[in-house]
Amino acid sequence: MNDRIIFEDVSKFYGEVLGVNRISLSIPPGITTLVGPNGSGKTTIMNLMTGLVQPSNGHISVLGLAPSDQLELFSILGYCTQFDFFPRGLTGWQFVLDGLMLHGMEEAMAVDLAQQAIERVQLGDAAWRKIAGYSKGMRQKIRLAQAIAHHPRVLVLDEPLNGLDPMARAESIALFEELSRQGMHVLISSHILDEVDRISDRVILITGGYLIAEGNIHQVRQEVHEKPMQVLIRCDRPEVLASKMFAINHCVEARLHADGKGVFLRTADIDQFYSMLNGIAADGLVKIDAVAPADDDANAIYEYLIGKDGSPS
Amino acid sequence: MTKMRLADRAREIAKQPWGLWWMQAQRLTRIELRRNLFSWKATWIYCLAFLPTAIMLIHLLADKHPSFQMSEDTNILAGIVQLYYIRLGVFFGCLGIFSRLIRGEMIERSLHFYLLSPVRREVLLLAKFAAGSISAVFLFGSAVAADFALMYVGFGAAGRDYIFNGPGMGQLEAYLLIIVLACLGYGAVFLLLSMMFRNPTPAAMLVLGWETINPVLPSLLQKISVASYLRHLMPVTVGAEGIFALLTVETEAVPRWVATAGLLGLIAVVLTYSCYRIRTLEIRYSTE
Repeated sequence: MNDRIIFEDVSKFYGEVLGVNRISLSIPPGITTLVGPNGSGKTTIMNLMTGLVQPSNGHISVLGLAPSDQLELFSILGYCTQFDFFPRGLTGWQFVLDGLMLHGMEEAMAVDLAQQAIERVQLGDAAWRKIAGYSKGMRQKIRLAQAIAHHPRVLVLDEPLNGLDPMARAESIALFEELSRQGMHVLISSHILDEVDRISDRVILITGGYLIAEGNIHQVRQEVHEKPMQVLIRCDRPEVLASKMFAINHCVEARLHADGKGVFLRTADIDQFYSMLNGIAADGLVKIDAVAPADDDANAIYEYLIGKDGSPS
Repeated sequence: MTKMRLADRAREIAKQPWGLWWMQAQRLTRIELRRNLFSWKATWIYCLAFLPTAIMLIHLLADKHPSFQMSEDTNILAGIVQLYYIRLGVFFGCLGIFSRLIRGEMIERSLHFYLLSPVRREVLLLAKFAAGSISAVFLFGSAVAADFALMYVGFGAAGRDYIFNGPGMGQLEAYLLIIVLACLGYGAVFLLLSMMFRNPTPAAMLVLGWETINPVLPSLLQKISVASYLRHLMPVTVGAEGIFALLTVETEAVPRWVATAGLLGLIAVVLTYSCYRIRTLEIRYSTE
């Protein structure tokens, strides 16, 4: 079986409204984050993958399975949608157990798996209460429990951190990381970029239904040539380093760190920049403690490529 | 060549996971029944089903039952089945039950949970149809059986004799068969309408109009009607007098088995098309 999620030239139109246009993706195992403003097509991509909507053009396969192969696909895939609605009158326990029973497994096994999933999202005794009385965070957790209960190989999570308090967010992120380490595909759409950024193996940037960039965050950042990269250098004499860099004409912007023990430098040619920096360090003018990219996170890339308001900066 | 192809097709069909589908259908039906029968939202359907039963109970307690009146009461019961249950009770009860199965879940935005489970959509649809049918048959079947019992229990020994030694039991069986077929027939129609229209009620009103004028239509068009098949199964002919004459137009007699098979065929066609519709159904709650 293929181990990738593949979109081949996929388009989706809702009547005359564009959902996504000519999207081609090949997503390997690990955590992949879909990043884009509201209405950019993130949920459409997830719904296309799971057959909730059908593509107008193109072909999709999830580990070699077509979205229409419901029996096989949903045995290996769990989808935690952003729809905050549930079948009427159910307790959290019934909700998870009913889902598992539809897999055709023995009741004892379904009970066991439901128990495990509810413990994993730390919902505890609340599982026995009606979902109608849950807080938003608890509803998010019970949806997550249902999505992971059957131990899927692909987990699709649409805004999974919405409504969660900081502690629950941290727990959920730890769970996603753990699932990813087990070799699962975890596809997340989220606007809480700071948090998903730390755990994502790759990002897919999408806006207005078009794919803007795809790949490892650092690679994507390096490909954004028109935006000079920003580097934070921790050193003993940041002002000397900044002036030296300006002197050799390899820096377009410098800003001292608030604590005075570092400088943010922006350069158009990162490879040359590092080479110059090595030279300065070798001359002994400045004692450099640490060097780290300061704007190759998902937030910065999002802002460069898509812009805060959905238009590139 | 064709024989070989047919044999291949038969082998392919036999290889399908029928056992799993059956198990999933049973479990889905159980989930749906829990929601259909034991829900406050179903209260009005209980009222619709048991309204004549309450009237029968009052009739039993308040009126005398001389044995010469049994024939009249038998006609009244036939009228209640044909004019109340078939035209109103089962019709609107099934509209409530079956249009909720798919459309109701789209309005409540919970249908995707079923579509994201490892269940073929056709199995999902048929299981939902089965659950709706069981709910409707349970409610209206028990209501008609209760009506029947209350109608004859007041006549004492004469009533018991009519039921067990006379035509009574045969009539009860026929009424129950009519109720079962009415629930299946209207259920299939309303399930399909609920997938075709966001609000199936105006379309259901058109169906009601069609059913009403159906007896005066050409015989070919009469076949596209639930009530026309059921009319031929009635064990007691309802006299067409007064306002009832509008609803009971005499048509050519059709054998019972033809009426039953015809209605089952109509149900099969409607369900097959519904299966096609659900295959291509998309979840777009924002447009609901």
